Amino acid sequence: MRHIINILDLSVEEIEELMDTADDILANPGRYNEVCRHKILATLFFEPSTRTRLSFESAMLSLGGQVLGFSDSGSSSSAKGESVADTVAIVSGYADIIAMRHPKEGAPLVASMHSRVPVINAGDGGHYHPTQTLTDLLTIRHEKGRFENLTVGLCGDLKFGRPVHSLIEAMSRYAGVKFVLISPEELKLPSFVKQEFIKDKGIEYRQSRSLDDVIGDLDILYMTRVQKERFFNEEDYLRLKDTYILTPEKMKLARPDMIVMHPLPRVNEISTAVDDDPRACYFRQAYYGRFVRMALIMKLLGVHAE
Amino acid sequence: MNIDSIKNGFVIDHITAGRAMQLYRMLGLDCLQCCVAVIQNVPSAKMGKKDIIKVDSSIDINLELIGFFSPNATVNVIREGRLIDKKHIDPPERLENIIRCKNPRCITTTEQEIKHIFVRSHSGEYRCLYCETRAN
Ligand SMILES: [Zn+2]
Repeated sequence: MRHIINILDLSVEEIEELMDTADDILANPGRYNEVCRHKILATLFFEPSTRTRLSFESAMLSLGGQVLGFSDSGSSSSAKGESVADTVAIVSGYADIIAMRHPKEGAPLVASMHSRVPVINAGDGGHYHPTQTLTDLLTIRHEKGRFENLTVGLCGDLKFGRPVHSLIEAMSRYAGVKFVLISPEELKLPSFVKQEFIKDKGIEYRQSRSLDDVIGDLDILYMTRVQKERFFNEEDYLRLKDTYILTPEKMKLARPDMIVMHPLPRVNEISTAVDDDPRACYFRQAYYGRFVRMALIMKLLGVHAE
Repeated sequence: MNIDSIKNGFVIDHITAGRAMQLYRMLGLDCLQCCVAVIQNVPSAKMGKKDIIKVDSSIDINLELIGFFSPNATVNVIREGRLIDKKHIDPPERLENIIRCKNPRCITTTEQEIKHIFVRSHSGEYRCLYCETRAN
């Protein structure tokens, strides 16, 4: 039995296989609308995340399966002090697969140790969120047609932005990938991520404090939120935030085939005037999330289309 | 202070200088009734300075704990006044319920009866199995 806690739990080949399945679902949804008939997905959300939960539920319903669960810990037994281990030991008797979100880091791993059915980590307190990364990967493959030989710019909060770390970890496995790290000094990529997944692998990278200086070199621009509370003082925040806001003016400096990604929700780091630019693919990215979750559920349940 | 004074017991040698008292407490040697000697800052050709612990009792000790606190340590086992075994302690791959995770966001801070597990990485440091926070 497989559990998916971290994106690196999946090999490059398995990711390829998931992307192929997701592509086929996108092309022929009718082939898949019964494959999970009589199967149940439990969504155990110990903290609310409506978008992620709906994406999982929509994925399971689209496969002909059913869903049950809870959407915040106030309505669950954990409010009465029940452990993750006990909750999962019980729920895994009611469902065929579990998607779990929890505010504590490592909670889905604990769940996987006590579950009789596959567990998918749907986010553990900003630690891992493998289906977000799979969504990012499907977006890249769809929009760019490949993972190899891409220059990936990551912009904004690279220090605390977990989607960024996971995407670097996942993309560092493909040949010819280069990273451009665009952030203020205060929000630079942590040195252990840079060491383990960029330097140790001999991957080409550069760092820049200015988006304008490097945007013209990028195949992909991955934007993240620069949050006020990450700064020591208001002046630093106000001084820096505009540097990392994407506007139509900045888009003029970008290549005609560059794509803009964002894990959403955004606050103001991408001006809404960019939304109509065909290179802005963050809403398509959210749409892909459902299909990649369908592919992952199928893989973990071991079901196939006829 | 010499090895002949131990009849049945062991000597933990080549302890990283300054770590002996911590190890003494972690191993629970402070609860023993027998003779225990903690010798600190002994000149050593190899290490410059080292600590030594001698215990005159053949109790079971947690070798993993020694390997974690002092990766170069050796344990000399003494029976009837004679050295019968010299163990080189390798750092353990995994620590179970020896140290706790310091990350306040880690599941180990709230989950009851969870095993506190740390795993040794390629670079030799220990990280929490659940949240990957480094042990210090
Ligand atoms: Zn931890």
